[in-house]
Amino acid sequence: MQPSRRKFLKTVCAGAASLIAAPVILKFLEPGEALAAMEKSKLRWAFLVDTHKCIGCGFCVKACKNENEIPYDASVSRTWVERYVVKKDGTVLIDSPKAGRDGFTSPEVEGQTPEAQDIAKAFFVPKLCNQCENPPCVQVCPVGATYQLKEGVVLVDRKWCIGCGYCIASCPYGARFFNPQLKVAEKCTFCYHRIKKGMKPACVGACPVGARQIGNIKDPEDPVAKVITTSRVAVLKDEYGTDPQVYYLGLDRAVR
Amino acid sequence: MNRHVLRPVFVALGLLAIILIARTIMVPSDFRISEKGFMYGYHRQGNEAEWENFKVKYRSKKYCEDCHGDEVSGNLSSPHKIIECENCHGPAIDHPDNPEKLPIDRNRDLCLRCHAKLPYPTSMRSEIKGIDPKAHHPEKACFSCHNPHHPNLEDRK
Repeated sequence: MQPSRRKFLKTVCAGAASLIAAPVILKFLEPGEALAAMEKSKLRWAFLVDTHKCIGCGFCVKACKNENEIPYDASVSRTWVERYVVKKDGTVLIDSPKAGRDGFTSPEVEGQTPEAQDIAKAFFVPKLCNQCENPPCVQVCPVGATYQLKEGVVLVDRKWCIGCGYCIASCPYGARFFNPQLKVAEKCTFCYHRIKKGMKPACVGACPVGARQIGNIKDPEDPVAKVITTSRVAVLKDEYGTDPQVYYLGLDRAVR
Repeated sequence: MNRHVLRPVFVALGLLAIILIARTIMVPSDFRISEKGFMYGYHRQGNEAEWENFKVKYRSKKYCEDCHGDEVSGNLSSPHKIIECENCHGPAIDHPDNPEKLPIDRNRDLCLRCHAKLPYPTSMRSEIKGIDPKAHHPEKACFSCHNPHHPNLEDRK
């Protein structure tokens, strides 16, 4: 079959039109633009936790729940404190009663009360959302209800969230949970409403010993950034490639 | 080409048009990508302001000082200066307008958060003066001997 002149011209015109249209349609996917905008950012929030200092009082959890209107008696929390008791025989006992909300007032852990001479090391590890640079929870959201700000904080749009729970399942740190009142996904925001006003997050303010601190990792004069860049800090589950931005001083291998 | 072959194509195009029209109506106009690109930054821009305007409840010691200057300055010379007023008295929110009064928690459990003795090497908890709550005057309230603003027993005399 011989192609007619009309058909040939039609095909050429359609091809040319789609070539012109393609960059316009695909413009929002341009990675260079996003990258350029990212490099301009002078602010990136990072968190520093000193596990040597933490005394397990749980005031951070109490303050967080009150500040962020998280149901006080429900077994969910944006931040929580874990207790690790490593015995001299190598066994590790871990607990976090009520997310550490009422502090740790009893030496009993996992049904045992280890004697002082049997404990090799014991410490408290506060945990919260790591505000990852590559957040898996944002990637899996099917409706675009969770997103990352240029300051690095990951937020949940409570009006847009459909409560499917994919993000809760995808977080390697267990930092997300289902808000039992609002029926949406819930997570730590580094108290975005406070840091935006120049205040410290509620947990940082409530910590009596300075075990929890927040800072701008892009500012070389920031005291927290200085510690993160000049001390030996560790992050949780580095192997997942999420690039978490909660840095820990004195992290132990028993901590998972 | 025959018409009956094209008919399903028209149906498909019609459905696509309906979906696109529905989408423009249902998706808010401020739903677009931000600096973080499509993978991490695709969101309803108005939500950022919603989070920014979230109510602040913990106001810190400076806020208390305006009216309760004596209590705060007394506290600032004691080892308990590191503790925020609101840790024990609850969030100020808009006190004194709302709430008018803040609760005073006199429960022993509040003090035990830090002062229950836990012999934990490598943790600062073991460096804090601690008691065994079952042996140290279990029937008494802490504040009947210790002033929480100024906890040294010598200072109380």
